[in-house]
Amino acid sequence: MKKETLKRVTAVTLAAMMAGAALVGCGGNSTDTSKTDDASKTDTSAVDGSKGSVYWLNFKPELDDTLQQLAKDYKAAKGVEVKVVTAASGTYSDQLTSEMAKSTPPTLFVIGNQQGVKDWGESALDLTDTAIAKELNTDAYNLKDENGKLVSIGYCYECYGIVVNPDNVEKAGHKMDEIKDFASLKAVAEDIHKNADTLGFDAFSATDMDDSSSWRVTGHVANLEYFYEEKEAGKTWTECPATITGKYMENYKNLFDLAINNSVTDAKELATGGHDPMNQFIEGKSTFFFTGSWDYAAISEKVPNAVMIPYYCGVDGEDKAGLNCGTENCWAVNADVSAEDQQATIDFMVWLVTDPDASAKMVEQLGIMPYKSAVESSNGFLKNSAEYTEKGCYVMDWATNYQPNVDEYRKALVSALNSYCQDQSDANWDAVKTAFVDGWATQYAATQE
Amino acid sequence: MKKGIFKNPLRRWGWLFLGPMAIAFIIGFVWPFFQGIFLSFCKFKIVTKATFVGFDNYVKAIKDASFMHSFWYTALFAVVSLVLINVLAFTVAYLLTQGIKGSNLFRTVFFMPNLIGGIVLGYIWSMIFDGVLSMFDTSILLESKYGFWGLIILMCWQQIGYMMIIYIAGLQAVPEDMLEAAKIDGATKTQTLFRVVIPNVMPSITICTFLSLTNGFKLFDQNLALTGGLPFEIQPDGSSIKTTEMLALNIYNTFSGSSISAHGTAQAKAVLFFILVAAIGLVQLGITRKREVQQ
Repeated sequence: MKKETLKRVTAVTLAAMMAGAALVGCGGNSTDTSKTDDASKTDTSAVDGSKGSVYWLNFKPELDDTLQQLAKDYKAAKGVEVKVVTAASGTYSDQLTSEMAKSTPPTLFVIGNQQGVKDWGESALDLTDTAIAKELNTDAYNLKDENGKLVSIGYCYECYGIVVNPDNVEKAGHKMDEIKDFASLKAVAEDIHKNADTLGFDAFSATDMDDSSSWRVTGHVANLEYFYEEKEAGKTWTECPATITGKYMENYKNLFDLAINNSVTDAKELATGGHDPMNQFIEGKSTFFFTGSWDYAAISEKVPNAVMIPYYCGVDGEDKAGLNCGTENCWAVNADVSAEDQQATIDFMVWLVTDPDASAKMVEQLGIMPYKSAVESSNGFLKNSAEYTEKGCYVMDWATNYQPNVDEYRKALVSALNSYCQDQSDANWDAVKTAFVDGWATQYAATQE
Repeated sequence: MKKGIFKNPLRRWGWLFLGPMAIAFIIGFVWPFFQGIFLSFCKFKIVTKATFVGFDNYVKAIKDASFMHSFWYTALFAVVSLVLINVLAFTVAYLLTQGIKGSNLFRTVFFMPNLIGGIVLGYIWSMIFDGVLSMFDTSILLESKYGFWGLIILMCWQQIGYMMIIYIAGLQAVPEDMLEAAKIDGATKTQTLFRVVIPNVMPSITICTFLSLTNGFKLFDQNLALTGGLPFEIQPDGSSIKTTEMLALNIYNTFSGSSISAHGTAQAKAVLFFILVAAIGLVQLGITRKREVQQ
């Protein structure tokens, strides 16, 4: 009998242990591993709870390595815990939505456009007169809500346009100086395309219309339409307009047509993607390519003298056009975390833009940081941009940041452009116009609910 | 006392064994389910800060033209795929139980597509379809009908093997004496199939139709990876209908693609979606059960 009881006790105990072990597996524990990594070597600068901590939800995957390193450096230097989580490409908004609902939400996150201000402005601390705001050397890249609250501040800015391979232009018997406006760009591009077989390279790397590349035309090239509407109205947008007129659609079409009809890839094959326009360009297979300053490092490795020219599209006076400059990289501090965490976060931000090593690392990845003590950039495309400005050309600001319900708006545009690439008929272009102009109003209305 | 505790260990300690599973089930299913229903009556940005708005979200969901489009599209897809998958799966199962050489190899081969994840399948098939369609200067992303039949082909390819296994099990359970009796009575092969075999595999047919119908309605990842709803029909007012978007993808796009104000609407759509799938499943199960042969 006694033996039997012992058996049962053992069985029950073992069962309880197994059940317990199984449950332990269920418990999601997001303890930062760096804590244990660094515990041994930073005994003197042990994490002080009263100091607060920093949690940055970063949206640029290419920046992740740098930020993880900087987080470690900051911990070593100041003893403050910095956790950096990077959202996978295209999932930032989803991840922010779920992270913000947690008990330890990000203290530092990105509000990069007016849609973001609308969605997340409430959760952002007013940064007016904070230590980090005082470090800025321009307020051109800051975002405010309708009450004037400083919701987010730019931590770098970028520019985009048409990247050109000058060697190819010269091999084709032209000079860079020839390209001054749309007519001259068109002449050069069409000439290169005509002789592509003998030259061994083509004019454009047209944009694939899959998710990996379609933003080049639905977001960036589209900017020329919005910008010239703004310019005509005589003032830059400060909030998303309810409607747009589409007056410069013809110019958008000019540049779009030029790219798809003089390209390495046949227009009819663009819908499916997979042609890697960036690679075509850096391997010298094409001469023109729509991209921005963030690709400078990759491009200059293979095409060291690549330059960036404005979106020439056939509007009057475009010989005075400059590059498209702006940013979606704007820091916001979470208003709903403790004051210690907010302070720690702002201290960290200040460190990033003032510490020589940290700001050098940031600038290397990001281009230019608009802060007084940040190191200077070596990005060639941003230098091109500055040269245009010095020559008295106008900067095309990023009006595209105001696209309402941006993902849905762009998806519809992709679909319409796909049909147009397949069959360049007027009817198909009308559908593009509808998606571009009326789609704006529809999506604007959807955001107002 | 000692004796009492261990007298009926199963009854006394049953909770210990059920407990972990029950807790996991409550955390992972019951709680989110009820929270989801609650949120469908709320306006919310993040789930912890929700304000109650009553039936507003449901009104918006039903008024949404894209939701209605995706409903009918999904219904059509579910019916077509249900018929094709089951007819083909049964045929394959029937052939493979006729003592063909290498049956086991064939069974394995037919079952294998089922082991590949939906997203991967979607991308692989989009490459295959585009490889073929590019010869005709078009793409699966450009015509709704290609998207529809493409998805049907993909689902057949993936699901036939799985349904086949269920049918094989059913076919092997048909009593030998019945088949023999039919043979002695002079029944033809066709008569045996329709009068003896099929009534006897009704339980398998029930389970397979049930599975393929609900699979059709719940389809998400294959839809997302194959066409993602493309092509769109651009409406004159600038809105667009995603012609190959099914219900689950529509809900997902409402939640994460649109502005944050649409979270509640997406949640309401999800609840409607649940009611729909549950109702169809139950009705269908009820009807087929009645026609099963009691052995």
